[in-house]
Amino acid sequence: MAYRLIGNDFTPPDVEAKVTGSAKYAEDFRADGMVHVKFFGSPMPHARVKAIDADEAMKIPGFVAVLLPEEVKQPDVTGFPILTSEPKYHGQPIVAVAAETEQAAADAVAALKVDLEMLPFVVDPLDSLRPGGINALEGGNISGRGVDFGELKWTGKVFAAAAEDELPRGETPIEWSFGDVEAGFAEAAVVVEDSFVHATNSHHAMEPRSAAAFWENGKCHVWGSTQSTSFAQPGLARLIGIELKDLVFVAEFCGGGFGGKGASYPLMALPALMSKKLGGRPCHMRVSRAEEYANGMARSGFQGWTKLGFASDGRITAADIFVVQDLGPTTGFPDFNNVGNAFSIVFQPPNMRFRAVPVLTNTVPKGPQRGPGENQTANMFEPLIDKAAKELGLDRVAIREVNAPGNGGVGAKIGAKQGPLTSAFLKEALTQGAETFGWAERSANSGMRTGPKARGYGVASAYHSAGSSGFDGLVRITPDGILHVHTGVGNLGTYSYGSTSRVAAEVLGYDWDRVVIERGGTAKHIPFNLGQFGSNTSFTMSRTNYVAAMDAKAKLLDIAVSAHGGSPDDYELSDEKIVRKSDMGVVMTFAEAAQMAIDMGDSYAGHVLPEDIHEMTRASAMAIAGTGLVGVAKDTIPKDGTAPALTASFVEVDVDLETGGIEILDFLTVSDCGIVNHPTGLAAQSRGGAVMGFGLALTERHVYDPAYGIPNAVSFYHGKPLSYLDVPLTTQWGAVNLPDPQNPMGIRGVGEPLQGSASAALLCAISDALGGHLFNRIPVVSDMIVNAAAGQPQSHKPLATNTV
Amino acid sequence: MDLTGPYDPTVDYPEGPAIAEIAGAGDIKPWRPLHVSRRNFLRGVVCSGIVIGGSSYLFSTATPARADARGVERMMSLTVNGRTHHVDVAPNETLGYTVRYRLGLTGTKIGCNQAECGACTVMADGQTIYSCSTLTHRMRGKDIITVEGIAAADGTLHPVQQAFIDELAPQCGFCTPGQVVAGVALLNSNPNPTEEEARVAMSGNLCRCGAYEHYLRGVMKAAREI
Repeated sequence: MAYRLIGNDFTPPDVEAKVTGSAKYAEDFRADGMVHVKFFGSPMPHARVKAIDADEAMKIPGFVAVLLPEEVKQPDVTGFPILTSEPKYHGQPIVAVAAETEQAAADAVAALKVDLEMLPFVVDPLDSLRPGGINALEGGNISGRGVDFGELKWTGKVFAAAAEDELPRGETPIEWSFGDVEAGFAEAAVVVEDSFVHATNSHHAMEPRSAAAFWENGKCHVWGSTQSTSFAQPGLARLIGIELKDLVFVAEFCGGGFGGKGASYPLMALPALMSKKLGGRPCHMRVSRAEEYANGMARSGFQGWTKLGFASDGRITAADIFVVQDLGPTTGFPDFNNVGNAFSIVFQPPNMRFRAVPVLTNTVPKGPQRGPGENQTANMFEPLIDKAAKELGLDRVAIREVNAPGNGGVGAKIGAKQGPLTSAFLKEALTQGAETFGWAERSANSGMRTGPKARGYGVASAYHSAGSSGFDGLVRITPDGILHVHTGVGNLGTYSYGSTSRVAAEVLGYDWDRVVIERGGTAKHIPFNLGQFGSNTSFTMSRTNYVAAMDAKAKLLDIAVSAHGGSPDDYELSDEKIVRKSDMGVVMTFAEAAQMAIDMGDSYAGHVLPEDIHEMTRASAMAIAGTGLVGVAKDTIPKDGTAPALTASFVEVDVDLETGGIEILDFLTVSDCGIVNHPTGLAAQSRGGAVMGFGLALTERHVYDPAYGIPNAVSFYHGKPLSYLDVPLTTQWGAVNLPDPQNPMGIRGVGEPLQGSASAALLCAISDALGGHLFNRIPVVSDMIVNAAAGQPQSHKPLATNTV
Repeated sequence: MDLTGPYDPTVDYPEGPAIAEIAGAGDIKPWRPLHVSRRNFLRGVVCSGIVIGGSSYLFSTATPARADARGVERMMSLTVNGRTHHVDVAPNETLGYTVRYRLGLTGTKIGCNQAECGACTVMADGQTIYSCSTLTHRMRGKDIITVEGIAAADGTLHPVQQAFIDELAPQCGFCTPGQVVAGVALLNSNPNPTEEEARVAMSGNLCRCGAYEHYLRGVMKAAREI
């Protein structure tokens, strides 16, 4: 079906503010009487505060107040406190200071005397699992979603039984399987068995997590940097200790999140709590780059092992996967879960066993980062697929096609429970990509030498779940005929707040220049939407805007009936007017209908609301009630199965065997993301995701000094995100562009896998250039390439984390 | 020591809102806002170029009566976006801080504060500099252009800005002001760059969203239109 708006480009309404500098981020907040907040971060990786002496700090001219850990709410032992008296990682906030100036605040923090008792710490998960190994927290070393906090030690026998380059495999809190794994291996023509390490890495958002707050008339106003305008609010209200209705939140722009600002986080609440102590006085907290590194979360690293069986045609017969996740010092994020899910969907193994243990360490808290678990999966496993292809003499695209879910996802399954998918066309993406890239002809040049450079080619796939249901939509037609789409989607830079809003305009037949997107904070009266994360926005919020617009449409037709008789079936919508089907005569404009809705009141104007909507949506709808025709509904459209975002990427690379330098010559990614709603948006995400992916493969890693537990990567420079000079001038993108049947517009969306398949394809290309050498360690930094090319041993110990 | 009271007793404060109920703590004193709206005051300052020294309590970096030498501010003339401002500036104060906190020009972003990312890029006499790592006092006599000074006075966007919109170059947008300034500075000095020259000229500006290709397309498009 042809759409007027869906599938066409548009200029997002906020982009001009970005190029003129008028866009206001959290740190741009200014207010009368504003004070500056800074905090004292722990100089130790694990310690107990014995005393805090603020006498000297109070003498600093401009000092205003100090906020102590006992003045803020404390979570459970594996929680993420705002301030703590038992810091569990270097840089963790212990005590905060407010002062008239930022300099005075910094001087006051420097004058604080914090007496700390050092506690044992650990930065490598395997060290903690050893007999007698140190627990990152008192009383335990494992936690995670679905994993009780407790102590787990493997026996010396477990460690002794593993070869030096083999992951020891003891008891795990997570284990699931399906099929008959041993039978699968028995029928395999080739078995690949390897251990591997994936580093942790920073989110590197350009905007540190600065925040500001004040209190007025019993309400707490917060300016925060978050990916998710609606979804951040309930958690933030809990952190501050207020009811949701008493929070006024402003989040018009977010200077990069990549999962690290998925919703609310403890530091966002700190200015609000300081402001509360100061009787509501505006508090502004500018977070420094170093503070962002310490507290801005990071992607979890893994140490892992796998055994994969393949039939002679490349079909996987069995997979046995074992991962140890570096969880950081809190419950963190269940990347481990996503490893099992991602492998199971991308490769569709008929028999699989999955084991995982998330281990606490005294390192930066781990949170979701673009493809949390899924993208590490692509990086860890895709090179092993190449190894199997080589042993079987198969083409590397062909071995992926034979395993990939395709044909709309018929028969495809995911995860421990082997649940269904809403649709899947990964096989088609691989085929389309190979053809566009010219894989068959070009990959014949594998290993071609030009001076010190060797040519390599790589192909890889990646996955992330891409949609949910059950959230709310809210639209309004005002008596001037304008459509207002209220959206709680954040402004992360994908512009999906705009592209999903276009669905409401599409349903109602609106010209786009007569639509206003109401977004950016509580004052815009936004509905409860899922967060702007996890590749989900396109699927989830096109559904919410669809149901809200359908509600508005039904009300428009009802109004026509009440004014002109007949039944709703007698009318239809055309060019922002209600027309009679029989003669296409105009009975009413939308503007006139909006005025009638106000006059009729009741549900037409939002005075009577559905029972099943969220309290945030209810409050917003009540706030705009009586100002127009209100369409509001919860998304109850059936959804059966996992909506997947899937990508296939292709890379051509030259590897300098003398310097370890990498030159990416060409790149293509093809997405399976349903119907493409915003083509240039997808192009930007495809290319941007690739740049992030190349960095993940080549340079980005956190490194903790094992002797002192302090971070060595505390700036962009140390865990380098790639620059203009590191990436190709031009790259290619494409999409399968086939509809997902469980979205009214066929839209699915994609975000995370665009990074994961790019990084994994690059890793595969580097190995290809080196004749199939497997590093089994991510990132592959230049000295590793030089050592491999020269046949020298690597400088790191196998399976060690925090290597340099 | 009075921790929460008025911080400049010479200023006439109007009565503030009743805060005690929400403060929820026993001896917390209400703060009272200044009667001058910061935004309005800043707007007046930025538009008229009047002297803002002496109002340092408004501008957040002054530390009155500080013994520390860092706190001794000196007034200087600073020309930003064609207007000359007379501002009190601390010896250790960076240009990024001055434009953001004293002049209210928050378009310039502080991403790293250590000359790594380029979000703070401004022009000084046409040359791009990292304002986060440039002392304001060293900018005496220089003509500073921030992102707010790129568009025409009537709001017409510079071709680089328009091309960035057309190419959907910004994603999160935090690096965009620096990218705009870097792109404009390039085209001012080299109106017809090759793609490779543009890439090198822009390479001091990191973009974590990875939008380099779209920014480059924008610069090349603007070059064609200038």
